Amino acid sequence: METLLQQTVNGLVVGSVYALVALGYTMVYGILGLINFAHGDILMIGALVALEAIRLLQLHAPDLGLIPTLLAGLSISVVVCMILGFTIERTAYRRLRNAPRLAPLITAIGVSFLLQTIAMIIWGRNYHTFPQLVSTTPIEPIAGVFITPVQIVILVVSAVLMVALVLLVNKTRLGRAMRATAENHKVASLMGVDTNKIIAATFIIGSALAAVAGVMFSSNYGIAHYAMGFMPGLKAFTAAVLGGIGNLGGAMLGGLLLGLVESIGAGYIEDLSFGFLNSSYQDIFAFIILGIVLIFRPTGLLGERVADRA
Amino acid sequence: MNELANAIPWLGKRNPAAARWVVIALALAAPLIAMLFGKTWVRILDFALLYVMLAIGLNLVVGFAGLLDLGYIAFYAVGAYTFAFLASPHFELHLPFWLVLPLGAVFAALAGIILGLPTLRLRGDYLAIVTLGFGEIVRIFMNNLNHPVNITNGPQGINMIDPLVLFGWDISRPIRIGEEITINSLFLYYYVFLAFVVLSIILVQRLQISRVGRAWAAIREDELAAKAIGINTRNMKLLAFSLGATFGGVAGGLFAAFQGFVSPESFSLMESIAVLTMVVFGGMGNLAGVVVGALVLTALPEILRHVAVPVQQAVFNQVLLDPEVLRMLLLSLAMIFMMLLRPAGLIPAHSRYSRPELVVGGVAGEAGK
Repeated sequence: METLLQQTVNGLVVGSVYALVALGYTMVYGILGLINFAHGDILMIGALVALEAIRLLQLHAPDLGLIPTLLAGLSISVVVCMILGFTIERTAYRRLRNAPRLAPLITAIGVSFLLQTIAMIIWGRNYHTFPQLVSTTPIEPIAGVFITPVQIVILVVSAVLMVALVLLVNKTRLGRAMRATAENHKVASLMGVDTNKIIAATFIIGSALAAVAGVMFSSNYGIAHYAMGFMPGLKAFTAAVLGGIGNLGGAMLGGLLLGLVESIGAGYIEDLSFGFLNSSYQDIFAFIILGIVLIFRPTGLLGERVADRA
Repeated sequence: MNELANAIPWLGKRNPAAARWVVIALALAAPLIAMLFGKTWVRILDFALLYVMLAIGLNLVVGFAGLLDLGYIAFYAVGAYTFAFLASPHFELHLPFWLVLPLGAVFAALAGIILGLPTLRLRGDYLAIVTLGFGEIVRIFMNNLNHPVNITNGPQGINMIDPLVLFGWDISRPIRIGEEITINSLFLYYYVFLAFVVLSIILVQRLQISRVGRAWAAIREDELAAKAIGINTRNMKLLAFSLGATFGGVAGGLFAAFQGFVSPESFSLMESIAVLTMVVFGGMGNLAGVVVGALVLTALPEILRHVAVPVQQAVFNQVLLDPEVLRMLLLSLAMIFMMLLRPAGLIPAHSRYSRPELVVGGVAGEAGK
């Protein structure tokens, strides 16, 4: 029972990171119908830029204090990722907006690998220790469950960001324009929406979320690496599909569910498979879920969009 | 035969017969030319031919049927591991080559069907992600299936795989003619691989202009319309998928025998992407283009390795970009710029049945809806 509770907490923490990344996928997919493969790598760039910024700050302004250093590092990485997201959309995707669907998809894969290569050139192949400025020593166990301060911060920050995003999309002018563009580009532009700007804004917001997710991911595990974006990216996409791609609430629900399944599954896989499989198979849960969802409910849990538009 | 002439477009248009002979002569003489630069280059040529086979197989899926497969290397892995299981001291099995290679192909095709069945009903983008995941699952299993029962020997991989033995003749041993001349096994492998490549090209070319090939083209251009004229799109897509996988499986078996050693490292996502780039770079849906793409993109990183590293050492006194980074940089840039500037590839497809939607400009608005 204690394992279950503990794994639930861990799952919620990982799941909220997935949810933040999934939001980026789902927003871009909702508006462009494009799977932005490079999204996971923006998470990676976010983490590595924050790492570099924090290192520099610690070197040149050692008395800044832990929290201001972290916040400064985070802000720098968010800004860098926003610029990066904008640049990618502008240079690589915009020209292909009316091309057949294979072209932007292949470009997106190319961009993903380009980002990884650039990160490899700058930061090398090694794993970097990410400075854990928020403590990772568990506080007093509640009902036998250990939770660390950094996990609490992750839960709170992602909850705040998700609420903010929902408000942005549902209550503001920009949000209304985004929904209109997702519904139909042409009609939206006839109504006076500058769809190019809206699409750019979508990429910028998604990239900012990915940067925050990257910093949280690295703070939780204490490492950063040029290829670290691949798995969370793939899982966040799974989460987006699970919740119903194109649907914001779906991405959040999918992220949390996927985190839970993965973490609880990893806790019990050894017993379930009679010791044949162990927790190194943790990563396959996402793919199994993806397969099951695609077979039985391709529109996802909350999705109404038709999956088979091809 | 036209495909041969297409490989050299500028000559092929004016004088197809000459172009054809040039290609044949080049293919036969290539290892001898490579030998002038050292044995490594013959080895690189052998690998290039394996990549050509992979690219031909992936082209069947991506270029002909328009299905984006990002885990293609998994089928290569299935072929290679089948070979390693059945013809190595690992399980104390030494089945003959003629049995193992087809088995590898069959298993790869089965893997293709298993993967394709649930996903081919869906939009193309989902297929891309699922195949990506499938490639990773296969790698996770290769890496971890060494306990509690040792099946794959984990990250260490499987060693001492039997070489190719054709009609009782072990081609991994050099042939000695008299006292002076020995023919290195790298040459023998080259010609064996060349035979396989030629066979694949003929097969795929016949397929392309067959009823099946036309059905694939129809599906690629407009799936709904294809369905409407009575094509069983699901079965046709499955066929493309499993046939493409078969080529991967055969190439994998040859790879295992050639290398004598397989490990999960050879089947990373990067390799899937590399093969995809070869197809995209050369020209999706065009056999000649794909072959040229595979050759260029196998040779170019190797040339860079031999040129860029000494240059960097001379200029900066250190190696800033190691060959592996250069390869990744080259492949990812090739992919992006090809799509932006020349989406039909180096040698665009122009025959009636091999014109991917990319050339025409496609159905506008599908992605922008």
